Amino acid sequence: MADFDTPELKDFLETPALCPGSMEHSKPFVAAPVHQEALGFPGELVENWQEKAIDRMGELLDTNRALRVYLDSCVKCGACTDKCHYFLGTGDPKNMPVARQDLFRKVYRRNFTTAGKYVPWLVGAEDLTEETLDDWYSYFHQCSQCRRCSVYCPYGIDTAEISMAARDIMDHIGIGQKYSNEIIGKLHKIGNNLGLPEPALANTLEGLEEDIEEETGIAVKLPLDVQGAEILLVTPSADFFAEPHVDGLIGYAKVFHAAGASWTISSYASEAANFAMFIGSQEQMREVAQRIWQAARDLGVKRIILGECGHAWRVAYSFWDTLVGPFDFLDPAYPMPMHICEYTDDLINREKLRLNKAANDEMTLTFHDSCNVARATSMGGRPGGQFEIPRAVIKAVCNNFHDMADDTIHEATFCCGGGGGLLTDDLTELRVKGAKPRMQALNAVVEDHGVTHMAAICAICKSQFSKVMPYYGLEMDAIVSLHQLVSNAIVLEGSIQEEELDGTGEDDEAGESLEAEDEVAAIDG
Amino acid sequence: MPTVTVIYALLFYVATAILIVGLGFKIRQYWRTPQPLKIPTTPAPMNGSGVVVRMLREVVIFESLFKSNKWIWIFGWVFHAAMAVALLRHLRYFTEPVWGWVVLIQPFGVYAGFAMMLGLAGLLVRRFVVARVRYITSPSDILFLLLLLAIGATGLSMKFVSPTDIIGLKAFMLGLMYFDWQPLPEDANLLIHLGLVISLMIIFPFSKLLHAPGLFFSPSRNQPDDVRMKRHPGAFEAENQARGA
Ligand code: HEM
Ligand code: SF4
Ligand code: SF4
Repeated sequence: MADFDTPELKDFLETPALCPGSMEHSKPFVAAPVHQEALGFPGELVENWQEKAIDRMGELLDTNRALRVYLDSCVKCGACTDKCHYFLGTGDPKNMPVARQDLFRKVYRRNFTTAGKYVPWLVGAEDLTEETLDDWYSYFHQCSQCRRCSVYCPYGIDTAEISMAARDIMDHIGIGQKYSNEIIGKLHKIGNNLGLPEPALANTLEGLEEDIEEETGIAVKLPLDVQGAEILLVTPSADFFAEPHVDGLIGYAKVFHAAGASWTISSYASEAANFAMFIGSQEQMREVAQRIWQAARDLGVKRIILGECGHAWRVAYSFWDTLVGPFDFLDPAYPMPMHICEYTDDLINREKLRLNKAANDEMTLTFHDSCNVARATSMGGRPGGQFEIPRAVIKAVCNNFHDMADDTIHEATFCCGGGGGLLTDDLTELRVKGAKPRMQALNAVVEDHGVTHMAAICAICKSQFSKVMPYYGLEMDAIVSLHQLVSNAIVLEGSIQEEELDGTGEDDEAGESLEAEDEVAAIDG
Repeated sequence: MPTVTVIYALLFYVATAILIVGLGFKIRQYWRTPQPLKIPTTPAPMNGSGVVVRMLREVVIFESLFKSNKWIWIFGWVFHAAMAVALLRHLRYFTEPVWGWVVLIQPFGVYAGFAMMLGLAGLLVRRFVVARVRYITSPSDILFLLLLLAIGATGLSMKFVSPTDIIGLKAFMLGLMYFDWQPLPEDANLLIHLGLVISLMIIFPFSKLLHAPGLFFSPSRNQPDDVRMKRHPGAFEAENQARGA
């Protein structure tokens, strides 16, 4: 399958021995001049790149408190050294968060601190050499910006912020990453990461409507560009075609249908993902987000709901208001933005949905907390809501659920291994190895608790897992969309499913509720 | 006035000035640098009073460190807590009459001295025996631990090995504060102890000891997660407001 060995899964997650340089060769393709220039970056490495890089670093230090404080504050205590999934999966010491930061910090110290200027050898300060730049390109593209290290650092030092700054500096001297920059360019041009134009999108949605009608016997709509709709759904474009993402989209449509909601997708802003976060460019991130602001205003919607996408939810929840707000034309009665899980959870709590849990009985589920949702956002307006709400929805639509080990979920969750702009085939080895901690935890519940499927609420997680699970001997369709489970269980009025349930008499119903009771016991126990 | 007294007196003034100006400069720099976006890390409180509680827990019990590594936590926490007690205990050399609560903690001071050494020794050993920590250690990290250990050792030896002239020392310190210089007892142990403390004060604002003010400015720790409740205008606000209706 590949020219590297898939890590072996043991009974517990070991901290690997150091293998210096073992991932030095891992580098994503460099962006071509056209992809660089489309974003206003130089096409190739500029002549005086050292000087330019230091200038840019100075600008960032003056405008980003987090960067400045994080660079000064690290005491090299080592608490973060065993927290990064890329270190755990590869053993390369430069994948230890503090060592990754130090690649940046040594240049900062040399150029911006007294100690680094006069006694560089004492404090590990170094000039930005070609070799260091090489390390930057390699190792700042081995950070998925998942923030796990930030949770465990006594000062909250967030390596993601430093990776973003490093990538921004590299973009400014002409060596960007092809995958992210090409995609951002496509979005600016067409409105989504895939470059899916309006007619193709309309076509896809129609196809999905037919599929749903075939399955349920009723006409569930996936409206596009409906002026005056109440809700604008912004979802990652992978939801329009990739598996298992699309099953999630079908789930949202059914939920909206059941709630009798007036909603629409926008062809102008048909993308929730915002890859500009990965390259640390606020300007690019703003431009991407601006399309959504514009679409919402032009369509005259009252509220915006986000589909299942981790970093998109972070950008929307934490950054939209700062970058493109105010959204004062929306109805202030609703949170801006709202997550589709919050929406569905609310309907479930108000008993607006008819759900047949038995429809998911062939599966035993677990849930993967996506890093951006878990560590950079919340849901439901309460701390920890981002953990409770998705699980509450799953438990409302499935009988069989089992969480993975405590130190691998909630705030301690492990990244899927493909976040932060690394979901590209030129980084397959890194992705497979970086998935190890999650695969380990999943494998444990598969073996001990008969878990068959893992649900996620992130487009990147879903794509990443379908790609890497086979390396670990797991089925690629063992990863499912959360709203795919909702879609399976939801019983729409007048549907074939309703007929099947109600038409077969009382025996079945009695049996079903008994089963449900058993399962509650199983979950609690 | 003896030469040694003059040198130490001047050094103390210089060191104090560097410490205060240096730290003041860094704090002002942190204060003035804008934080462009909201980036609190989970578990983030939803409001300001929650942030105060979170910060207190980080400062008093090193909560995040406790979650991540029990060995570093125990050594690190013991070292800092003991150092805090030892530092407070030193107030008696700067106050006349000595404040009541400083008198109260006197008996703990000695234990604190030993505890601090123990914590520091543990941290030092880690730097050599844990491969991951050895990898990220630079010479200055070891020197800091040695410096603090030496300060502790010279301090304790004045207590247990060769007691120094405490009365004379106190007179010297008060003299410094009120610009009425008094001779410094010329005891080798004391001179080394004070010399090391002076170097620590000078190095402080240029080193990783900035973690102490840094923690309070860390956005992942000091921001409440209130983005959906409150606006957080940033660098683009003026442009955004001008977009027109
Ligand atoms: C608000 C006050 C402070 C807080 C919250 C704080 C917290 C911490 C934490 C959590 C660590 C990492 C764990 C460890 O290695 O001990 C640490 C390390 C350290 N702290 Fe502090 N600290 C504070 C003040 C100070 C002061 C005033 C000094 C100086 C004299 C100091 C000296 C050190 C040293 C030298 C280390 C590194 C230990 C090593 O090499 O492993 N700290 N601090
Ligand atoms: S942000 Fe995540 S990927 Fe990056 S260094 Fe920290 S733990 Fe590793
Ligand atoms: S946990 Fe924080 S302070 Fe400790 S080494 Fe890592 S980044 Fe530095």
